[in-house]
Amino acid sequence: MSLLELDDVKVHFPVKRGVLFDRTVGHVYAVDGVSLSVEAGQTYGLVGESGCGKTTLGRAVLRLTDITSGRVVFDGTDLAALPDEEMRRTRHRLQMVFQDPLGSLNPRQNIESILAEGMAAHGIGANREERRERIVEILRRVGLPAGALSRYPHEFSGGQRQRIGIARAIVLEPDLIICDEPVSALDVSIQAQVLNLLEELQDALGLTYLVIAHDLAVVRHISDRIGVMYLGSLVEEAPSDALYAEPRHPYTRALMSAVPVPDPEVEDNRERILLRGDLPSPANPPAGCRFHTRCPWRQPERCDTERPALTDLGDGHRVACHYAAEIADGTVQPIRDLAPPVLRDVPGVPAQAGGGEEPVPAAS
Amino acid sequence: MSTTTKSAKIDRLAELTARNETASGASLWVEAFRRLRRSKMALIGAAIMAVFVVLAIVGPWIAPYSPTAQTWRDEVFVNRGEFVGPRGDNWLGLDHLGRDLFSRLLVGTRQTLLVGVVSTVLAFVVGAVIGGVSGAALAFGGRVGRQIDTVLMRLIDMMLALPSLLLAVSIAAVLGQSLTTVMIAVGVAQIPIFARLLRGSMLAQAGADYVLAARSLGVRRRRIVLAHVLPNSLGPLIVQSTLALATAIIEAAALSYLGLGNPDASQPEWGVMLAQAQRFFDQEPMMAVYPALGIIITSLGFTLLGEAMREALDPRLRS
Ligand SMILES: Nc1ncnc2c1ncn2[C@@H]1O[C@H](COP(=O)(O)OP(=O)(O)OP(=O)(O)O)[C@@H](O)[C@H]1O
Ligand code: SF4
Ligand SMILES: [Mg+2]
Repeated sequence: MSLLELDDVKVHFPVKRGVLFDRTVGHVYAVDGVSLSVEAGQTYGLVGESGCGKTTLGRAVLRLTDITSGRVVFDGTDLAALPDEEMRRTRHRLQMVFQDPLGSLNPRQNIESILAEGMAAHGIGANREERRERIVEILRRVGLPAGALSRYPHEFSGGQRQRIGIARAIVLEPDLIICDEPVSALDVSIQAQVLNLLEELQDALGLTYLVIAHDLAVVRHISDRIGVMYLGSLVEEAPSDALYAEPRHPYTRALMSAVPVPDPEVEDNRERILLRGDLPSPANPPAGCRFHTRCPWRQPERCDTERPALTDLGDGHRVACHYAAEIADGTVQPIRDLAPPVLRDVPGVPAQAGGGEEPVPAAS
Repeated sequence: MSTTTKSAKIDRLAELTARNETASGASLWVEAFRRLRRSKMALIGAAIMAVFVVLAIVGPWIAPYSPTAQTWRDEVFVNRGEFVGPRGDNWLGLDHLGRDLFSRLLVGTRQTLLVGVVSTVLAFVVGAVIGGVSGAALAFGGRVGRQIDTVLMRLIDMMLALPSLLLAVSIAAVLGQSLTTVMIAVGVAQIPIFARLLRGSMLAQAGADYVLAARSLGVRRRRIVLAHVLPNSLGPLIVQSTLALATAIIEAAALSYLGLGNPDASQPEWGVMLAQAQRFFDQEPMMAVYPALGIIITSLGFTLLGEAMREALDPRLRS
């Protein structure tokens, strides 16, 4: 059985307005029906543009944000149904690494105090000395000197701060770590180091990861399975290799086409899809297929009215598109006046953005 | 200014200073101090404050005469309008009872500072308790917490709706004349600002990533409030204290002026001196001018320093 299972999880934030009394005037559909499962010992990569609800989903799993409906089942228990105190005692098994390394560390705590806090809350280590011994050991594991103990977060570099955040998570010996854009705040040169550290720790400690990123390149090498999110829902999910070999959903293809390829010949000839328009607001998502306002393959009627379900096309490759099969075999072609053309076999032509079209953001 | 805009302004101040504080961590204070040192406003304010505090401490020892001895009472005749102005023995002249004005002014510094400090501490402590309970309840108390917060904030907004001097006058009128009354009345009038400020500041901190991190670690709620949220929320209150001290000195003087001040004549205090001098303003205006100047300059000093600190902590608040 999977370690973590999400079953139709929804998180809707009420939008309130009013002078005297707050009236609910609508909802932000931040997460709108996500089902996925993460196998023990594996890494699940969750990818999507800024604002598509990745962070909210991560927080909902940890019950840092209340879910509106659905179930979060961790190791057989529905977390939403746990009483507060029991949830608190379960927390050492699910940890989180935050996007903003500095903001997630209390500026007034030194490193020892930061790392000891969770241990104390769960009764790990009998006394200060025992805890310190373990903390020193963990610091060594994540590549920080023992001298870091008495120093404060602002005295470290960005990469070191993220190592502190990782140490804080693994010191509790969790089963699952949710990494919310663990490297997006870091210099490119440091990103690989931190990702490597995460992989090393996974091998050594048997960790399960849910890694969130807005960039396919980040999750590509570390993920076993990848889910692509658009406006609060999954549009495609597949084993990592299968997704890269053959992206099936138009949105995934667009995302993929924004990732540069190292081979110059392939780079010049590869498919580039430019998406028109902005991401619609999650407070007012489009009817039918959520992607239809930007989809180059959009077909009349059905795409605008009927919401496609995530369906398994075989081998665990799940896609939420009415025309996935037809697009794959070429019977449905992209509409050129709706969206910019797909550039194929045009050597040397760089992707150009013109007339209000914008490239799919690889980094947002 | 209506209450809603007043409280909204306080909330915004709390939020801004709080947000800025975590953005750059502990170095914020270092940077703020550096900015503070370059600010003329802060330097002048700090200098005035230093002089005031030193005088409050050593005043009674360096005063040339006793502040209460009516040594020269044979030279002042109020009925005939005969007063004594500045002269060699009495640098600022005599008051209506033939006492040395300079000595009274000097010795009065201590009492004035005492009223300011005690009432500000009172406002800080009570305001922080109300604001702290309210903020913690709203951020971590669920549905019941929201109700507790609503009740407390209604109370605070009601207090905020009254001009603070009016509130102080009403309290002083109810409690009767005494030094304690003055301190309580002036202090209570400032409670709502501190309460709202701390509440707003705590709410801003409660949403910060490090608080989420503490929650995800399984740290207990009480510890999250006391060890994480509260210590990081107190900055704006410390700045506010400086401003509150200035207001307190002025309001204490106003109470004395309105005849609700300390009736004990043995301890000179600037507000009382000003109130007494008012009767003779036509004949001897300078008797009122000296304590009034003292009040104006010291409260100006505290205000300058407070405003400079506020700006140093958050340059966006300028204007
Ligand atoms: N507490 C909240 N109240 C109301 N709306 C919220 C709240 N938190 C998030 N949202 C909204 O929900 C949507 C999803 O936000 P979320 O932070 O989960 O996106 P994200 O995919 O993590 O984006 P990013 O890449 O920028 O981190 C956004 O439109 C955001 O404005
Ligand atoms: S369902 Fe229609 S609009 Fe949606 S992705 Fe498929 S083709 Fe595009
Ligand atoms: Mg996010």
